Amino acid sequence: MPWAWALPALFFLVAIHYVAVAAGAWYAFTDWSGTHAGAKYVGLSNFRQILHDHTARTALVNTVELAVSFVVIVNVVGLVLALTLHRTLKSRNVVRSLFFAPVVLSPLATAYVWSFVFDYNGPLNAFFKAIGMPSAQTSWLGSPTWALWTILVVLVWQFAGLAMVFYLAGLQGIPDELWEASAVDGASTMFRLRRVILPQLAPALTVSFTFMMILGLRVFDQVMALTGGGPVDATETLATQVYKQTWVYGRFGYGAALALVLSLLIAVIALVQLVVFRARERRL
Amino acid sequence: MFLTRYTWRTGLREVLLLLVAAVWWLPIYFLAVGSVKPNEQNFSSPFALPSRIDFGVYSQAWKGSGNGTLGRSLESSLIITIASIVALIVLGSLAAYVVARASNRLGNGLYLLFVLGIILPFQLAIIPTYSAFRHIHLVGNYAGMVVLWTGLLMPLTVFLYTGFIRALPRDYEEAARVDGATRMRTFVRVVFPLLRPVTGTVAILTGLIVWNDFFLSLVFLSGTKNVTLPVTVYSYVGVYASQWNLIFATVVVSVVPMLAFYLFAQKNLIRGFTGGIKT
Repeated sequence: MPWAWALPALFFLVAIHYVAVAAGAWYAFTDWSGTHAGAKYVGLSNFRQILHDHTARTALVNTVELAVSFVVIVNVVGLVLALTLHRTLKSRNVVRSLFFAPVVLSPLATAYVWSFVFDYNGPLNAFFKAIGMPSAQTSWLGSPTWALWTILVVLVWQFAGLAMVFYLAGLQGIPDELWEASAVDGASTMFRLRRVILPQLAPALTVSFTFMMILGLRVFDQVMALTGGGPVDATETLATQVYKQTWVYGRFGYGAALALVLSLLIAVIALVQLVVFRARERRL
Repeated sequence: MFLTRYTWRTGLREVLLLLVAAVWWLPIYFLAVGSVKPNEQNFSSPFALPSRIDFGVYSQAWKGSGNGTLGRSLESSLIITIASIVALIVLGSLAAYVVARASNRLGNGLYLLFVLGIILPFQLAIIPTYSAFRHIHLVGNYAGMVVLWTGLLMPLTVFLYTGFIRALPRDYEEAARVDGATRMRTFVRVVFPLLRPVTGTVAILTGLIVWNDFFLSLVFLSGTKNVTLPVTVYSYVGVYASQWNLIFATVVVSVVPMLAFYLFAQKNLIRGFTGGIKT
């Protein structure tokens, strides 16, 4: 074998992944400020600070809340779209590409359109006024209660089309006889969904849930465009905090510790989810 | 609900779904219409079509404000994206060929090493990479971004290529070798053309990730003329405040290339996503 052919790729892989991840994990235990001054080992001090820092704690809670609600909602919407769009409908191809389009567009750029939608003088409040519910008008992006959920809306809007495509691919794998047999038996829609379709979709469910969970935990662009983390930390996430602490405040050691927390969170949640789903796949 | 016959209920479902799709596209409607409206109409009547169409903001948006212009960052985005795709395809396909065709321990070990990279957290890798890049002058330029992306997306690339090559029969390569072609010639002339479908998937997936990225460009290119489109949009909008027509024109310029590409290649794009997941 011409082993040398693999060397350039291997070099990039080891440098950017293995060496850098190891170095990042080491910095998490230092007080490094990113300058030539060097890094001093400070043990768990950064992590203790994360636990005591109000902003970091808020970011952690926001990240989990946002990711979990995003995963559930985006998959329900994607599944409903896929089931509706599978076969029969005449316009299905057009509608599919309409729903998928947001997936390929820049998350940052499209989020700015949404900041117009949620603007106090924007279309959403205009809509509430028009249907005679002026009391529902709020400063969506300026409200500590609502701001986080505007980000959820934008995330679902952008990625429901991707979940839909995962499930459509899964539905295509279901043999025709299965559809027909269950229809002839006269089984109810709900029964067929639970007993015939969902088991066949198990691999697609695993892929979609894992993929969306990672996307949700990493959310950055939408927050930066819509709220910048505000009002008063209400929409800070771990990813925005990693960015700000490291590159805005120059606290590289602390930023690395936050990045390590985010990485462990992704690893643990994604792994637990994967194990649970695979176990269910096997039982079905 | 899942019958293949088209009944009146199916028709109802179809109408309902088209309505939902229309609501889904409302933001895109606001974007397109809002950019050519006089700004005050964006607030007085956000849903209405413009009373008069004004493309003037586009030339203003194109000139921009601040470091780079939209035109310049369009160029940066294109260069970084294309160079990264090419590097990933060349280096990734070669590495994957070795990994896939070596059916011994070393090959399997290498495969595992590459694929494990997919789950290694890049957030953690970025901080030390940034400081190392600063030392070797790779911050703020195209070369640094291409090196970064080539490293970051190599696991995905090798994973996709290896899966495809493993399913490819060896007959063609062996025939070429028997005819006396060198290994490299065999790879370039025989194997690589056979990889076309997966090369398309790799190009689409990695291209989309690189093109739309905001975070890494913000960290590595901020403050230079080499910033990519998302960073330029970010810094412009900060200045434009509530001039929505100007913001929208900027956003339109930045998403039109991708939207055009989507209309042109949507089948391949969607297949790229599902194919990437399934293999």
